[in-house]
Amino acid sequence: MKVCIPEEVKNVAWRGFSGRKWQEDINVREFIQNNYTMYDGDESFLEGPTDATDRLWARLQELQKQEREKGGVLDCETEVVSSLTSYGPGYIDESMKELEQVVGLQTDKPLKRAFMPFGGIKMAEQAASTYGYQVNLELHKIFTDYHKTHNQAVFDAYTPEMKRARHNHIITGLPDTYGRGRIVGDYRRVALYGLDYLIEMKEKDLFYCGGRNMSEVHIRLREEIAEQIRALKNMKKMAEIYGFDISKPAKNAKEAVQWLYFGYLAAIKTQNGAAMSVGRISTFLDIYINRDLEEGTLTETQAQELIDHLVLKFRMVKFARIPSYNELFSGDPVWVTLEMAGIGMDGRHMVTKNDFRFLHTLENMGPAPEPNLTVLWSSRLPESFKKYAAKISVSTSSIQYENDCVMRPVWGDDYSICCCVSATQTGKEIQFFGARANLAKCLNYALNGGVDLKTREQVGPEIRPVTSEYLDYDEVMHKFNIMMSWLVELYVNTLNLIHYMHDKYYYEAAEMALIDTYTRRTFATGIAGFSHVVDSLCAIKYAKVKTVRDESGLIVDFEIEGDFPRYGNDDERADEIAVWLLKAFMKKVREHHTYRDSEPTTSILTITSNVVYGKATGATPDGRKAGAPFAPGANPAYGAEKNGLLASLNSVAKLPYEFALDGISNTQTISPNALGHNDAERVNNLWHILDGYFDQGAHHLNVNVFGVDKLKDCMEHPEKPEYANFTIRVSGYAVKFIDLTREQQLDVIARSEHTFM
Amino acid sequence: MRYGNIHSLESFGSVDGPGVRFIIFFQGCPMRCRYCHNADTWRSDAGERRTADELLDRAERCRAYWGDRGGVTVSGGEPLMQLDFLLELAQKAKRRGIHICVDTSGQPFTRREPAFSKFCRLAETVDLFLVDIKHIDPEKHRALTGQPNENILDFLRFLSERGRPVWIRHVLVPGITDNDDDLRRTRGFIDTLSNVERVEVLPYHSLGAYKWKALGLSYTLEGVEPPGAERVKNAETILCKEVKE
Repeated sequence: MKVCIPEEVKNVAWRGFSGRKWQEDINVREFIQNNYTMYDGDESFLEGPTDATDRLWARLQELQKQEREKGGVLDCETEVVSSLTSYGPGYIDESMKELEQVVGLQTDKPLKRAFMPFGGIKMAEQAASTYGYQVNLELHKIFTDYHKTHNQAVFDAYTPEMKRARHNHIITGLPDTYGRGRIVGDYRRVALYGLDYLIEMKEKDLFYCGGRNMSEVHIRLREEIAEQIRALKNMKKMAEIYGFDISKPAKNAKEAVQWLYFGYLAAIKTQNGAAMSVGRISTFLDIYINRDLEEGTLTETQAQELIDHLVLKFRMVKFARIPSYNELFSGDPVWVTLEMAGIGMDGRHMVTKNDFRFLHTLENMGPAPEPNLTVLWSSRLPESFKKYAAKISVSTSSIQYENDCVMRPVWGDDYSICCCVSATQTGKEIQFFGARANLAKCLNYALNGGVDLKTREQVGPEIRPVTSEYLDYDEVMHKFNIMMSWLVELYVNTLNLIHYMHDKYYYEAAEMALIDTYTRRTFATGIAGFSHVVDSLCAIKYAKVKTVRDESGLIVDFEIEGDFPRYGNDDERADEIAVWLLKAFMKKVREHHTYRDSEPTTSILTITSNVVYGKATGATPDGRKAGAPFAPGANPAYGAEKNGLLASLNSVAKLPYEFALDGISNTQTISPNALGHNDAERVNNLWHILDGYFDQGAHHLNVNVFGVDKLKDCMEHPEKPEYANFTIRVSGYAVKFIDLTREQQLDVIARSEHTFM
Repeated sequence: MRYGNIHSLESFGSVDGPGVRFIIFFQGCPMRCRYCHNADTWRSDAGERRTADELLDRAERCRAYWGDRGGVTVSGGEPLMQLDFLLELAQKAKRRGIHICVDTSGQPFTRREPAFSKFCRLAETVDLFLVDIKHIDPEKHRALTGQPNENILDFLRFLSERGRPVWIRHVLVPGITDNDDDLRRTRGFIDTLSNVERVEVLPYHSLGAYKWKALGLSYTLEGVEPPGAERVKNAETILCKEVKE
């Protein structure tokens, strides 16, 4: 069965492109490596926004303002189930639609939230009713009586122990009521190959799948491939609704941007995953733009306009969410994560002019949390690019940095970031996302024989509780190990069950259609409360920790006598416990079977859920009070850092990425006055910090540059126009500060006050 | 084994010398500047005893961040109060190839032996001195800091004679150190020196005021607001013109 693109089509669409393997098989990486143009210059070539960009962005900002005034949701679908073809065309503004260089909305209207019931009908209905919308009762009946949802399936199968752990928040953020997300289709394939070829390739896979050995594995896969082919055919129809034929490869930059966006649009019309990354598209698109620039069919102004308009679309992605979800992931994030830079396997850097263009969108249209712009850092990137990225960080606080030099050896040079910080091979891998285990709570269970302090339920195994007045390090470590083993086993089993049901009832056909049929799978667990466990163990080991018990004998608080080393000071005594904790957790995860032969990984990242997790957790032996927020991600605890920023970074940099392949998130806020006297100094100091941090093998850094006064003023006066787009980085993503709950705003302020003035 | 009396360490300094710097704060200071934001470094009988190698080992943990400009800055407190230890620290730092700055008021400087020959060796070893001119007028200087300014100005002349690089800094306190005539006199003095690479105007801030209260001292600048952008610009125009980097 030979599949190929007709010569006459290739001769037009692929004119001037070189390389061979990518022409004979789907291989976007090979295409990029053979055709991209390194850029070593500075930002002086960049162009400002066009009139069309200004007008469209102004209109979108009006809509965003209306959305905020209406309490967070502008409009909500109640009659139509979202699918690839369920809507006619939609535009930012019908009267300005000819200005849009890139078209396509999730629904028929801008910022209108689609009805997506397959993850769970209850959640979909509650999301609508929270904002005053009533979903059609007929739809309720269909998705309750006639069609099972992912959520119902998961709850059918949950064990009582799983429900107890979930209810007591020792495992939280499980994707059991909505899409699991984190699956990045290779949307570039739509542009490079066109849909006819992609369909034929999947038909070939279907033809050869299971013919000799029809096991359950093959039956399932055959059904999935068939679903993927159907999705691809519908993707074509979706594009036709907007007047485009995407059956053939894109012939120029404008088509390449549009085709790629249609691929992504298919994903966000059908899935409401927590993270819906678009992936590593910058270098790829640069190849098309570069060709047009050389052919004289595109100007730099038009090139920037294309990127600006694509980014406008990414700023508009919305899903209907319930309040408890918003508490976990505050500020309406969707993680349209988009990568740039990095170094190729052959040693060439991969910085292109397009990387500058994407960063420049933050100047042309001001700061914004989406897309989640991610710079894949290496100290070997060209200095002009490092400076420009640092400059944009200083002025917008809207980008994050990840260490290409630790990720490249594991994931190659064509990985995307599939959530906030987690790498995945583009088009060749999927990830089973799995929330977090609350290790701080686990430590409390170890002390109290598995009893939860909030609910007083016996949640963990009924091991002998600690009975001594002062905590003994060896005894606590022994019990903590037992409790962590129990937790990890339960956690992995729970995730196995969730992902089985998600594959069955909420399969990501459109995204999977743009991923290899025989794909690598990773299984991403996560840790919450990391620094509090480390500091608690330090306190027990190096100071004297006296227990405070309530009338029933449970340990509810602690009194610490003496000083003790804390994680975040480049102090080996604390940092070695941090490294131990990560390794111990990961080793326990590896002991268990993970669904569909996936490779287990873990992360130390919490998004904004550090507030909610902390709220559900009693006092910890490091002196953290009951209900107080955790430090986010792998950040040291608030106030623990006594030796400044770099000592803190050094502590985090010691955590071995190999044991946390899903990511180690670190967020730091630096006051502009502390970063340098003027912007030139700030830029220089910042890129040196990034070099120093990442050269030591650290994984991720969110950089905020603002003073705490600005945060306080913004919290009190959110109506000031200058705060409408004031963006800050939180653990793993960016968010408009005014969109955070007050509790989270206070948390960010408290954390910033503790950092580096 | 020689020990220094150390107040604290800061792994990330970016406004005390060129590039990213590790700051070592010495304990003890003879000056009593009314705007001091490190009043907790005044007493000489506090602080922690540390050896030069201990401190430099800590500092070198941050070497990866320094690039080709950063290094170590010794601040305080008044580093020159612990002259022997400072000299040892600076010499050891140079042997490790570390760029070293000393942030000082210059007040302990003297041309009398045995100290003078140590100051000479120090001047040869240190890469850059950051010297504050708190006030150019002797009387107002005494009122502001409790000390005369003669040996401070002499320290600057001494460094100039030897051609050792200096950045001069001036803390701008509204109503106290922002008088135009005084600023012009300061500038006049700077013009007599041949070694000044940069002049920095540091706007007064009250972030250190809480430390005074914690120490049971009364903060006499209560109610003084930081200077406005216009006053800062004015001072920069007078003080910083024509200074080449």
